[in-house]
Amino acid sequence: MNETEVTDKVDTLMDIKKVTLRFGGVKALSDVSFNIKESEIRAIIGPNGAGKSSMLNVINGFYTPQEGEIWFQGKRRPKLKPHQIAYQRIARTFQNIALFEGMTVLDNMMTGRMIYMKSGLLPQLLWWGKAEREETENRMIVERIIDFLEIQHIRKTPVGMLPYGLQKRVELGRALAAEPKLLLLDEPMAGMNNEEKEDMCRFILDVNEELGTSIALIEHDMGVVMDLADRVVVIDHGEKIADGLPDQVRNDQNVIDAYLGVAH
Amino acid sequence: MTSEQLNLTIPDLLDRNVQKYGQKIANREKEFGIWQSWTWQDVKEGVEEIALGYLSLGIQEGDHIAVLGRNRPRLYWSMVAAQWIGAVPVPIYQDAVGDEIGYVLGHCEAVLAVAGDQEQVDKILEQQEKCKALQQIVYLDPRGLRKYDHSRLHSFASIHDNLAENKDRFGEELIRRRKALSPEKICVMLYTSGTTGNPKGVVLSHDNIIAASKASSDFDSLSQKETVLAYLPMAWVGDFIFSIGQAYWSGFCVNCPESSQTMMHDLREIGPSYFFAPPRVFESLLTTCMIRIEDAGRTKRSMFQYFMQHARKVGVPIMTGEKVSLMDLIIYRAGEFFVYGPLRNVLGLSRVRVGYTAGEAIGPEIFDFYRSIGVNLKQLYGQTEASVFITIQPDGEVEADSVGIACPGVEIKIDDRGEIFYRSPGTFIEYYKNPESTNSTKDKDGWVATGDAGFIDESNGHLKIIDRAKDVGKMANGKLFAPKYVENKLKFFPDILETVVFGNGRDYCTAVINIDLISVGNWAERHNVVYSSYQELAGHPEVYDIIHGYIQQVNEDLAKDENLSGCRVKRFLILHKELDADDGELTRTRKVRRRVVEDKYNDLVTALYDGSKEVATTTEVTYEDGRKGFISATLRICEV
Repeated sequence: MNETEVTDKVDTLMDIKKVTLRFGGVKALSDVSFNIKESEIRAIIGPNGAGKSSMLNVINGFYTPQEGEIWFQGKRRPKLKPHQIAYQRIARTFQNIALFEGMTVLDNMMTGRMIYMKSGLLPQLLWWGKAEREETENRMIVERIIDFLEIQHIRKTPVGMLPYGLQKRVELGRALAAEPKLLLLDEPMAGMNNEEKEDMCRFILDVNEELGTSIALIEHDMGVVMDLADRVVVIDHGEKIADGLPDQVRNDQNVIDAYLGVAH
Repeated sequence: MTSEQLNLTIPDLLDRNVQKYGQKIANREKEFGIWQSWTWQDVKEGVEEIALGYLSLGIQEGDHIAVLGRNRPRLYWSMVAAQWIGAVPVPIYQDAVGDEIGYVLGHCEAVLAVAGDQEQVDKILEQQEKCKALQQIVYLDPRGLRKYDHSRLHSFASIHDNLAENKDRFGEELIRRRKALSPEKICVMLYTSGTTGNPKGVVLSHDNIIAASKASSDFDSLSQKETVLAYLPMAWVGDFIFSIGQAYWSGFCVNCPESSQTMMHDLREIGPSYFFAPPRVFESLLTTCMIRIEDAGRTKRSMFQYFMQHARKVGVPIMTGEKVSLMDLIIYRAGEFFVYGPLRNVLGLSRVRVGYTAGEAIGPEIFDFYRSIGVNLKQLYGQTEASVFITIQPDGEVEADSVGIACPGVEIKIDDRGEIFYRSPGTFIEYYKNPESTNSTKDKDGWVATGDAGFIDESNGHLKIIDRAKDVGKMANGKLFAPKYVENKLKFFPDILETVVFGNGRDYCTAVINIDLISVGNWAERHNVVYSSYQELAGHPEVYDIIHGYIQQVNEDLAKDENLSGCRVKRFLILHKELDADDGELTRTRKVRRRVVEDKYNDLVTALYDGSKEVATTTEVTYEDGRKGFISATLRICEV
């Protein structure tokens, strides 16, 4: 029954319409349109410098495109102020890990819950009343994610002491702690060995399957992309050159040319 | 026999515990960072719920139910629930690879499997071919299983949701099944890992389990107040006796760790009062502890060394109540404050009232280490076929080289070849579907052959084990060859994880060594020795030098013993891979399968005896998911 539920769900979570992004005279993205559906894994691929990370930054509202529209959850999104970005339930991980190295895994993940904590300074200082209740509730959510990602044994370990693969997992954990509608993963497998990659793949699939989170990911490992993604969009020189199922994209002449180069 | 007077089954004990200790804690499990607890009342409700679930899945009396997963309260309950409805629980080693699981499932014709998580479900589904009888799987952790075909897959959650309906439909059947239960019925079937051949299914009755549990609980006056940590494989008879047999008999609390990786941490938090571990666990605890001492500052290190030296001298006498000089006692008390107490605390052994080690011989040095810092560690000797207990050491009569006196209710005799036989209320019914082995192991009077050679020390009546009867041999010159004895001596060194000594019928002894990656790796780090893999570290000349030194020490010791002087190791090599249960080189309880190692590394053994300086070899390895690969290496052979 779940099978049909997943495939039949055609609601569009995010619609990107004719987005153009310029940095001065440099066109990072030109006229790119695609959408992300509810509960799907959407891969964004392309050669180096194609504009993938810029695309991710546009999606989460960090960059505002000069032209085009972003529709999120059925509403057109206005230009966001930095603090609003955090509240729109789009969480992300970074290409180079951006965790607080001196803090424990647990504390790092609790920072992902910041947006849900509303108690004032005084109760927080005294850890009293609402502050205590809030922390307990949020800790429970974080603990469930710790369990989900199988990192119980490093709960109290400072992040700086962990190997790279585990740090990546913690970063995914922090993003999940925000209970996002849309999760953006910027090269989640970069620099990992095969075993770590397999683990990460499984966690990404589990997140998608169990929590129903939509995921947009940038990845260079084609094997991973073809296995994980429901649909793939390919960007080259800031333009969309292909969009479709992994198999279609793999056999698309434009994509092959972009990756392998073409005689001029 | 006592068992017949008891006339109880495990479900009876559960009822009794609900009456006696209803609101006391029976199980704890750390989940989401907090210890969750269940009272005996909760346990009973949980067990009944699962039993009803089984009935709704059509489980008949006498059906086998396989249980696969790490130690978790609900998996223990699912075994008791199986007994409740007259089915037979068959716990399986959770780290077993597909083939082994397939063999057991097929052999016992399990109709239902209870799996801990997706990994176990996958392994079972892969083995479908081998177990046609298997119809249903019940799983505990739903993660990753959402998209599986649920026509034959059921979650514990769905069993819980259907409780009311199941109660209406099967309530009466549940009562009828329970009434049909009797103490001579099968309580559990445990597959022995077996150092040779396929595993054998040992059938144990409620009588067996409860008699053994009662005798051993009385022996150490275990009470409802004990706490234990259940972290050993559920398929091992030891865990079944401690976490179900004795726990239900005495009514004490069984704690399950959060994950296998947090075991050490959870051990410290729980602080068990009754602790059981095979020698390997004590060895690795000691290794971790020694590494931390090596890394500590100079003051701490010298303090540790001074007090440990003192403890080796007087610690054991003080524990056994012998008289020592006042000065020694004062220094020991100071050591207790500065070193021993904190050390026990770090190891999670602060509150241990009774600790046991069994399964294999423990190095005397390791054994004395724990006793000298005040841990009441004792040895027992047992096997699956005896519901564990054959002999046991009473408080105050503990020796490193004996395994104690016969357990209450156990009779022991030794035949003229030196093999040990026993007869007890805990003696198994039979090997499942294997009358041949049953007959060759157990005679019509109920005496069971252990396969171990030993003798009874006349002075105090303690049993001493020499070796596996079939492993003890003679050297070419007629001298005694006792490989285990030498191996245990070598394994005391933290750097040596495992070793196999050869020499039966040969002119001299040789050894294949496995280094301990944690310990040697730590040494390498401190001495700036660069290595990229286990293989490279194992072949490092300096590592060879270190091992060489150890072997010389052991040889010196052996030379002093008239009988064993022939067992001195003349040549050795360090193996390029760790011996692994997945490759069949170790049993799931991590005992070396000597014959398998000898066959598999035949080329290495030949090279050890033909005088060559090095040997090139290719070895097949099995990965955790069952795939195979090859590693090749050139190994240096070193003369001692």
